[in-house]
Amino acid sequence: MITFWILAILMVPAALGILFSRKAVHSALMLAVVMICLAILYALQDAPFLFTVQIIVYTGAILMLFLFVVMLVGVDASDSVVETIKGQRTMAIVAGLLFGVLLVLGVGQVSTGLVTGLAKANAGGNVPALAQLLFSRYVFAFESTSALLITAAIGAMVLAHRERLTPRPTQAQLAAGRMRDYAESGKHPGPLPAPGVFARHNAVDTPALLPDGTPAEQSVSRVLVARGTVRSAPALADDIDELTSQMGDDTAPGPRGPIDGDPSEHDTNHRSDRGRNEQA
Amino acid sequence: MSATPFLVLSAILFTIGSVGVLTRRNAIVVFMCVELMLNASNLALVTFARVHGNLDGQVAAFFVMVVAAAEVVVGLAIIMTIFRTRRSASVDDASLLKY
Repeated sequence: MITFWILAILMVPAALGILFSRKAVHSALMLAVVMICLAILYALQDAPFLFTVQIIVYTGAILMLFLFVVMLVGVDASDSVVETIKGQRTMAIVAGLLFGVLLVLGVGQVSTGLVTGLAKANAGGNVPALAQLLFSRYVFAFESTSALLITAAIGAMVLAHRERLTPRPTQAQLAAGRMRDYAESGKHPGPLPAPGVFARHNAVDTPALLPDGTPAEQSVSRVLVARGTVRSAPALADDIDELTSQMGDDTAPGPRGPIDGDPSEHDTNHRSDRGRNEQA
Repeated sequence: MSATPFLVLSAILFTIGSVGVLTRRNAIVVFMCVELMLNASNLALVTFARVHGNLDGQVAAFFVMVVAAAEVVVGLAIIMTIFRTRRSASVDDASLLKY
């Protein structure tokens, strides 16, 4: 019984976590916690076969499928908070609470009588006893399960299959398309800009700065923007200014001078570089 | 080991799942809540098998698992197809049949 209470205390918050977590991935992981706890509860109740099946089928297969779909659908597919039906959310919560209270009170007051226990039924082992039932009394249901599984497999294949309606574009066509985009909408035909490289940050979540100091939107991945984990570039530039001021005026400026300095003063280096490049 | 705590836990999990189905908008999370409800009913079935001392409840729970596996495969494929055509996994966006 101690196992039950520990698992119950673990399971109810995890189940509530499915309800309240904003991201689908977190919900899936919470569901994994609930399912593993349920598997242990099955083992506790003399159902070792269902314990194994729960672990293999639910946490192994179904949850992996969920995680795959979450990754395919994308992390930016977050829940909208707009209500299509007015007051639907509050009404659903109230109805759910009432339903829960009703169910818990009803189930709690019913006397289930003496617990017989499965010692006699499991005498020859749980799996042989289950097999005996499956292949005698439930044999028709068991056989029709095969039809269900075949249908599910074919249905998934049909739904996931995508016909290619147009021929695959060749590289020449792709290049022509890029140039057409450039001519029509001014979309840059080359590769996207690299992320910013600063004194203290050069990770992919750091946007590069354009010459006018604004962050280049295209230099960070769309997924990172959707997750909201992108650092703000102006803040980084402020860091640099702050560090320069902390170092004091007596420190020599770097090879390119202070950031806000007049570029023309330090331009000699670059000009000679450029000359060298042209000669080469 | 009394059966009532198991049944109450099953009822609580079922309620949480049903509230999730009613409130969440993301189709994948709605699906997860359906799975939670199926699991809660499985717990009740296994508990009743122990109460009555025969294995019919466990066989029923086994069939529920099989059906749930098949249902998840088809359901997730449908979600993928809808997402591919409308770039959204929200259950509110798929309302074309209304018009």
